[in-house]
Formats: sequence, structure tokens, C-alpha cells
Amino acid sequence: MSERSLGMPTRARWLLAVLPLGLVVGLVWFYLATDPLEPLGASAPPVEELTVERSVIDDRGFHLHVRADGSEPMRIAQVQVDGAYWEFDLEPAGALARLESAWVHIPYPWVEGETHLVSLVTGSGLIFEHEIPVAIATPTFTLSRLLAFALLGLYVGVVPVSLGLLFYPYLKTLGARGLQFLLALTIGLLAFLLVDTLQEGLELAAAAAAAFQAQAVVWLAAALTFLGLLVAGRRSGQPRGAALAYFLALGIGLHNLGEGLAIGAAFAVGEVALGSFLVIGFTLHNITEGIGIAAPLTQRRSAFWTFVGLAALAGLPAVLGTWFGAFAYAPQWAALFLGIGAGAILQVIVEVAAYLSSLASQDERAGNWWSFTNLAGVATGIVVMYLTAFLVSV
Amino acid sequence: MANTKAGKKEDGSAPTGGVPTMSADNGRRALLRNGLLGGAAFLVSQITRPFVEAYAQAPELDRPGHEHVEAHGGMTTVGTVDHARNGFDPSVILTDWDTGRSGETSDGKRLREFTLTAIDKEIEIAPGLFFPAWTYNGRVPGPTIRVTEGDRVRIHFVNGGSHPHTIHFHGIHSAEMDGVPNFGRGMINPGEGFTYEFDAFPFGSHLYHCHAIPLKRHIHKGLYGSFIVDPDPALHPEHKEAAMSRLLGAPENDRWQELVMVMNGFDTNFDDENEVYAANTIAHAYMKRPIHIERDRPVRIYLSNMVEFDLVNSFHLHANFFDYYDHGTTLTPTHRTIDTVMQCQAQRGILEFSFEGFEPGQYMFHAHQSEFAELGWMSLFEVVA
Repeated sequence: MSERSLGMPTRARWLLAVLPLGLVVGLVWFYLATDPLEPLGASAPPVEELTVERSVIDDRGFHLHVRADGSEPMRIAQVQVDGAYWEFDLEPAGALARLESAWVHIPYPWVEGETHLVSLVTGSGLIFEHEIPVAIATPTFTLSRLLAFALLGLYVGVVPVSLGLLFYPYLKTLGARGLQFLLALTIGLLAFLLVDTLQEGLELAAAAAAAFQAQAVVWLAAALTFLGLLVAGRRSGQPRGAALAYFLALGIGLHNLGEGLAIGAAFAVGEVALGSFLVIGFTLHNITEGIGIAAPLTQRRSAFWTFVGLAALAGLPAVLGTWFGAFAYAPQWAALFLGIGAGAILQVIVEVAAYLSSLASQDERAGNWWSFTNLAGVATGIVVMYLTAFLVSV
Repeated sequence: MANTKAGKKEDGSAPTGGVPTMSADNGRRALLRNGLLGGAAFLVSQITRPFVEAYAQAPELDRPGHEHVEAHGGMTTVGTVDHARNGFDPSVILTDWDTGRSGETSDGKRLREFTLTAIDKEIEIAPGLFFPAWTYNGRVPGPTIRVTEGDRVRIHFVNGGSHPHTIHFHGIHSAEMDGVPNFGRGMINPGEGFTYEFDAFPFGSHLYHCHAIPLKRHIHKGLYGSFIVDPDPALHPEHKEAAMSRLLGAPENDRWQELVMVMNGFDTNFDDENEVYAANTIAHAYMKRPIHIERDRPVRIYLSNMVEFDLVNSFHLHANFFDYYDHGTTLTPTHRTIDTVMQCQAQRGILEFSFEGFEPGQYMFHAHQSEFAELGWMSLFEVVA
């Protein structure tokens, strides 16, 4: 068949594609026109879903950005705040079609620092609850806040990575075994970050409207990013040296974007009760990242600007993350970014492992990648990340 | 409640620690206490100070200025209920007595005949909020049946609904006429009917409701109503005047402003808690259309509690006090000069009070469970001179 069609004139080949397409259209029309489900008595009530994507609190009350996610248009009939029916405004007014969004404005005299519960009551009496864990005014977009969040991003991203990179001169003094240990440690820390990023991404995805299938998006984004970076990285052979360090910095940077996102969003909803303690935690946590990034560079000389570039690539995304988290938060987008981050980290794990493996095969004494040094390195990386993560629980 | 929840935060910080500066202090203290990284903490807190301050000061400007919020008008349902579509109006239900068709039994008694039909019907219980109700005659509460002590009452029940139902009348009658499963005629299946018959006794403010199982669902779906038995003055010579004032149609009764209120609630999302509370079904109905009261005529309310899932309900009158007749089965008050009364499920009573000499204006009455009041059981009298 295929051999024969190859010889066919172009018009006839088109027909071969159009014919099945036409059949598909016909099938859909037939399904809709005849309602084959009717004999099943399928008059099930419409499934209603409502997701609160973002909440803004200001001196006029609460403002919730909601997205409908059901089989039929749904109507927010009433709003309860803390178990009392309350005045509200819908913008735009009226029913919400599938995946349509609206703002619910509720003039409510909220109490700073206390918990409030908003219940959105639909026309059929279903209730979708949104908890405001600690009511504080949502940071509005001002220059001073923008700078404050940028500063926070620098403290949790750029500063610790740079501190980690400062170990570089010491790392250079390590022998071959030391370098292997270090690379293994990098793999350990990346393994921790991979799990952490995926977990965060999936958690956020669960908070997004179901129709977005955000959890699948996290996995797919991770897989595609992984493959994309792997292919890009291997175009000129297996990355090593500065190239590998840059990939490391990119993967870690995407993870730090997620960290920044979490911090910004937590500040925006008043959930951060750790203050500067949080910053210490992130700093310690992320110093290890800097050491990891420096590891592939120890075998050759590197320019100062390389380090600046690496610190910026790994650390600056945290700044973007805090801005995004504080001022323009939406769970499905955050989940997508974290999926991308996870894919990037996986790519670096593979590349660092490949590098480590090639180093190990050159090492006559070790001769094997499966050494206790490497095992100890991976374990140390994971344990250090785990322990410092105690200091950071947003 | 709020504090308990906030207290469960994973970080274990005090629930009041929403403001970053305070929590930063807590965090710092904990850190020093642990003797860990004390110096680093100090260093970093010095570095982060501009950030923390910039952030902590900012909410100061945004702190909820309550003058911006219409706090008093804020607590309400939004919109209006289409009473015409519902087929009943809570303002009409207040005084809509159903005295039935009058006749005479073979032994010379006065006969009152009624027809009650169970109908499945979606009703709007708050603006835009629809409840798939089961009703007697298409309304919730069902018709207010009003007869006189000693009357022969004959109720033709037709089950036009989709489930087996009954009618159980509160009162004194035979087991066969009790309207419960397995006794007498028992459950009446869809499409079938049955006639309940008994003498109206004792006088008082009573109820009727479906007693089919599962009981909770059959009741809270809307199958209930008031059943008022006026005293026969001839039988109560010692309190003739009080009895005359309660007897519908007597001149002594004419000067009273009589109202019937069934306190009820609706669980719209099947969590065994009510999302709407009301007197006569519609949330905030008498808030949006206050009940008109002539100042110089006394008021009598036949009050009953048909709320499910909550143990008790209550009625609180603002700026005034009332006399209360528990179950309405006495002609002298069982409580005098109270402003709040509590009723268990299916308990009822008669309230008597007057706004005579009061300043005209709006007077509140509501459940004195704040929760119920805030979920719809909040009302107004509009007293006019």
C-alpha cells in the first residue's frame, strides 16, 4: 500500500489524509446528534468544580480569582465568610463556563493575623472552601517591595551559590579521589533537589483546576526538558568542564526559581513566620549547590567571569521566583516551571554521572565507578541537603 | 477556631506571628536558644533587616480600614429570590391559614377536610441557591393547618413524589393514624394515597411531618408544616378570654396580629450541616422585606423548630420581651417576660408581645445562635404607628 501510494499524484495523497479526517468529523456529529448515552439514562447532575487560583487581601476585603472546571456552566450563588453569608461582587457577573475565570470581590472586615474561611456556594448548594491561613495584606506592586523581594531572592539564591563557589580554590587542591567524591556529592544533592522539585510541582499541580491536568504537565514538562537539554548538551559531545558547570547552574537555577516562587507566595499569603531564619536555612542549603557547580571546573583553569556567570545563572532565578510568587501567582504556571526544573536537574544528574564514570575509568586505583568513595559522596550530598532542609520549611 | 487552626502550622510558631518582624524575633530567639549558628543568625538578620522592615512596614498602610468596609450591610445573601417561581412566598406564609373544607360528621361533629400532596420540587432557598426539596403541596413549610379543638380532622394524603412518604401529626390519636412505618397503613408508596382521620386534641401549636425512613432526610428535605389547634372557649370557662383571643374568626382574635413561623434549615451539600437557616425557608427573607407590624395591636407568633442536624434553635426578640406558652397547650404563659426562647427539634410554642407605645422603626429578631443568624435566620419587624 505504502509503496503504491508513493507513486500516487499529490491530489490523491491528500485525499488519503482527508478521508479519515472526514470520517472523524462525521463520527462526532453522529454522536452528538443521536446521543447514544440516552438509553443508559445518563441524566447525571453536572459535576461542579471550582478552583481558587489566587487570593488578594487588601483594605477593601478579600479578592479571589476563581476558575470553573465542571461539565456545565456553574454559578456562584452566594458567598460565606467564616460561616456567614456575605456581600460579594462577581467580575464578570453571571455563570462561569468551563475553564472560565472570574474575580470574587468580598468586602470583609478581616482581622490581621487570624484565619478566615471563605466558602463559595454554587447554585446547586455545593461548597468550595478557601482558607486564608493568616490574613495579612497582599503585597501590592511597589518599587520598594520589588526591591525587597529582589534582595530576598539574592540572599537565598546568588549569595549562597557564590559562597559555595568560593570553595573552588580548596577543591582544586583535592586529588582525583577527592574530585570523584565531590562529583558524587553533587549527584546526591541533585537527587535530593529532583525529588524536592517534583514533589513541590505535584503539590502545586493538585491545587490547580483539574482540567489543566497539571500533574501530567509536571511529568511531561520534566521529560521534555530532560530530553531537550540532553540533546542540546550532547551536540558537541559529552559536556564537561565549564559546559557541564553551566548545565549544572541552569538546573539548579530552575530549582531555585521554584524556591523563590514558594517564598514569594508564602510571604504573599502571610504564611512565612520564619523571617530571617528562613534566609539562613536557604543559605546553608544552597551553599552545597555552589560546591556542586564548582566541581567540574577543578581540572582546568577558569576565568573569574565564568564564576560570576554561574552564580547568576544558578542564583538569579530565585529573584524572578519571589517576584512571580508574590505578585502574580497561579498554581498551574508554578507547577509547569517546577516540572521544567525537575527535567533540567535530571539532565544534570545524567551528565555528572557520565562525567564521573569517565573519570573513574581513568583512575587506575579505583577503576570502577561503584566505589565506596562515590557511595559516600552521594550519601553525603543527600544527607547534607536533607539536614539543611530542616531549616527551610515554607 | 481561627487560632486553633493557625496554631497547627507546621512551623510551630505562634498563630499571631503573621507579621514577619514578630516571627523573625521568634525565629531568632529559638535559634539562639538552640545555641546553633547564633552568630550567623545575627549576621544574616542584620543583612536582611532592610528587607524585613520594608516588608513589615508596608502592610501598615494596607491594614483593613474598617471604614472602607460596609460592615453592617455586608452580612447578607446577595440578590433576590423568585417567589413566583417557587410558588410560595414567605411573607404570605406568615398568615396563610388553611382551615380546610368544612362539613359535618354523621355524629354531628364539625368535620375539617384537607388534601395534602407530596411533590418533589426544586425550590430557591436563597438567591440563586436551589434545593431539591420534597414538599407538601409544593411549599416548604407545608400548608398551616388550623382547626378548633374537638374538630374531626380528615387529611387526604396523596403521594405524588418519587419516594414513599407518610404524614405524622403531633396530637392525640390512635396508633393506626400515627403515620409511621409498619403501623396502620405505614408508608404510602408513590402514586398511592391514604386518609388520616382523628379528633383535634389537645389545643396548641403543633406540627405535622413525614415519618418515612430515613427520617432525617425526609424531614429536612421539606416535608413538614404547622398544625394549629385553637382552643374551644366553651371548654375553658376559667380562661375564656384567652381562649377567645386564640380562636380564629372570633372578634377577640381579630385585634391580634397572628404569624406562623417554622424555623428550618437546609443541608445543600450532604455534610449533615445546614448551609441555610431561616424562618419559613427563605434565608434573610424578612430582612429584605421586614414584617409589617401595627404598633398598637398585640402580636402572637406560632413558632416551631423543624431544623435538622442541630440540637436546638432559638428565637430572640430585640428591644422587647414576650410571654411564652410552651407547646401552646396552656392558656396562661409558661414563661413570662423573656426575650429569648430555646426550642429543641420539633418543640414549639406561642409568643405574645406588643410594641404598643414603642418608637416606630425596625426591630430585629433572630436565632440567638450567631451561626444560624449569619446563615440566614435573621429578620426584622417594621413597626408602624
